[in-house]
Amino acid sequence: MKALDIKGLAKTYKGGVQALKGIDLSVDEGDFFALLGPNGAGKSTTIGIISSLVNKSEGSVAIFGHDLASDIVNAKSCIGLVPQEFNFNQFETLLQIVINQAGYYGVPRSIAKQRAEKYLKQLDLWEKRNDAARTLSGGMKRRLMIARALMHEPRMLILDEPTAGVDIEVRRSMWIFLKEINQQGITIILTTHYLEEAEMLCRNIAIIDKGRIVENTSMKALLATLNVETFVFDIAAGANQISIDNFECRASDDQTLEVDVPKASGLNPVFEELSKQNVQVMSMRNKSNRLEELFVRLVEANQAKGEADE
Amino acid sequence: MSNRNLTALSTIWIKECTRFLRIWVQTLVPPAITMSLYFVIFGKMIGSRITLEGDFSYMEFIVPGLIMMAIITNSYSNVSSSFFSAKFQRNVEELLVAPVPTWVVIMGFVGGGVARAAIIGVMVTGVSMFFVDIEIAHYGVLITTLLLTSVLFATAGLINGIFAKSFDDISIIPTFVLTPLTYLGGVFYSASMLESVFNDFWQGLIQVNPIFHMVNAFRYGFLGQADVNHISALGILVVANVILFAVAYRLLAKGTGIRA
Repeated sequence: MKALDIKGLAKTYKGGVQALKGIDLSVDEGDFFALLGPNGAGKSTTIGIISSLVNKSEGSVAIFGHDLASDIVNAKSCIGLVPQEFNFNQFETLLQIVINQAGYYGVPRSIAKQRAEKYLKQLDLWEKRNDAARTLSGGMKRRLMIARALMHEPRMLILDEPTAGVDIEVRRSMWIFLKEINQQGITIILTTHYLEEAEMLCRNIAIIDKGRIVENTSMKALLATLNVETFVFDIAAGANQISIDNFECRASDDQTLEVDVPKASGLNPVFEELSKQNVQVMSMRNKSNRLEELFVRLVEANQAKGEADE
Repeated sequence: MSNRNLTALSTIWIKECTRFLRIWVQTLVPPAITMSLYFVIFGKMIGSRITLEGDFSYMEFIVPGLIMMAIITNSYSNVSSSFFSAKFQRNVEELLVAPVPTWVVIMGFVGGGVARAAIIGVMVTGVSMFFVDIEIAHYGVLITTLLLTSVLFATAGLINGIFAKSFDDISIIPTFVLTPLTYLGGVFYSASMLESVFNDFWQGLIQVNPIFHMVNAFRYGFLGQADVNHISALGILVVANVILFAVAYRLLAKGTGIRA
């Protein structure tokens, strides 16, 4: 079953800005799906329409088979939303925030209290339950929004940049938590600017740019299309003098060498050549995340196509 | 009403009541102090020199009007500020993403305004008992008028909150519309006193002021006498409530001021 089925979705804002130009998108039940795109690409508008915060101009959205226009109550009941910006009442306590949210979905107070304990404990917020939300740190506020979104136990969780501004330790704990709830059967749609996060968590991916879906495939298939990776070698000295046959090399400074390595070649020939030239390699790393390289290329290609069309 | 909607309604209502009770120093104490001053200054000091037609004192005459004034301003400001704050902090989105019907949202917010108005009505009545012995002539008319008026102005406050784009926008209507209409709504004077002060035009204008009818219906409930027919006043209240509810429903359902 499709957790999300979008057909011909378009949105034109009052000023005439076309945020979405008729996108089609579907997400399978149980999937961990990444919706990526540069700023202003249409991600937040798409999520806004799915979660009823933005009125669509055209098209249809169905959530677990419930049409958002004609069966809105059942469609909304399936969704839990973690928005990009903190949108809870800063003066309420954590318990009030999560229990109220459950109440809006018709969850009786006695059950809401049990769930509040469960999710606040899972997200390490139980000790703060009686504190006003404004006193929490940024990471705690992000976790509070996840707890709030889970209170009615939705079948699909939409996370709009859930780890923005969160330190790496908290981010990793959030990844583990999200993986766990996905394994329990909750479909997750994630937007993020941390592409390593998307690569690590998501099985399928769509890339949106200028209101159009420019790629929609599995993460494996997408990464397989990356035929050249750039590696950065930290060497003892002399990066400016190094050249390797069949490999493109650039020296960032005397101790840093960048080498473009075609996937078919592998790294062995590079190491062999560096050994021959008596270059002492101190360490090595990918220049950027693999998904990041693909993302940049796809967006640049779409921009070039757009300019050519004009 | 389904269990789901009932739970959602009670949640919004409890949240609204918790909000104004949490900041009781700002929401409940000032009206009590202001009304006490009205009783002392207008009722005791100035009112002792005023004689009215009928067998009640000026102080007894202004008690219903002052209670009504407190109910009107507080039911209105409670909902306008609460809804605008929810928009401002964006926590109104919690309601928009949830399967809460529009009428439940309206009833929840309006219910909060009515609760605050009722508490303040009781408080002001309590304060007035320090100055006069209160005897209520018609409980039914009194309670019906109180409820219909507080619902009406709470709904009006909600509409103000929907349209408001800044905190200034929620103070403009109370300052420039509500206060003049209330002061000209017969809180401090009876129709017989108008003849010596206003010409026919102004007297006519005061008669079309809906607050004049509400205050007088409430006064009828208290004293058993008033300047207007209480049945027609209640009729005006019912019609006004239906109109404002329909307007608020249309605006919220359309997403005015809250959805892109």
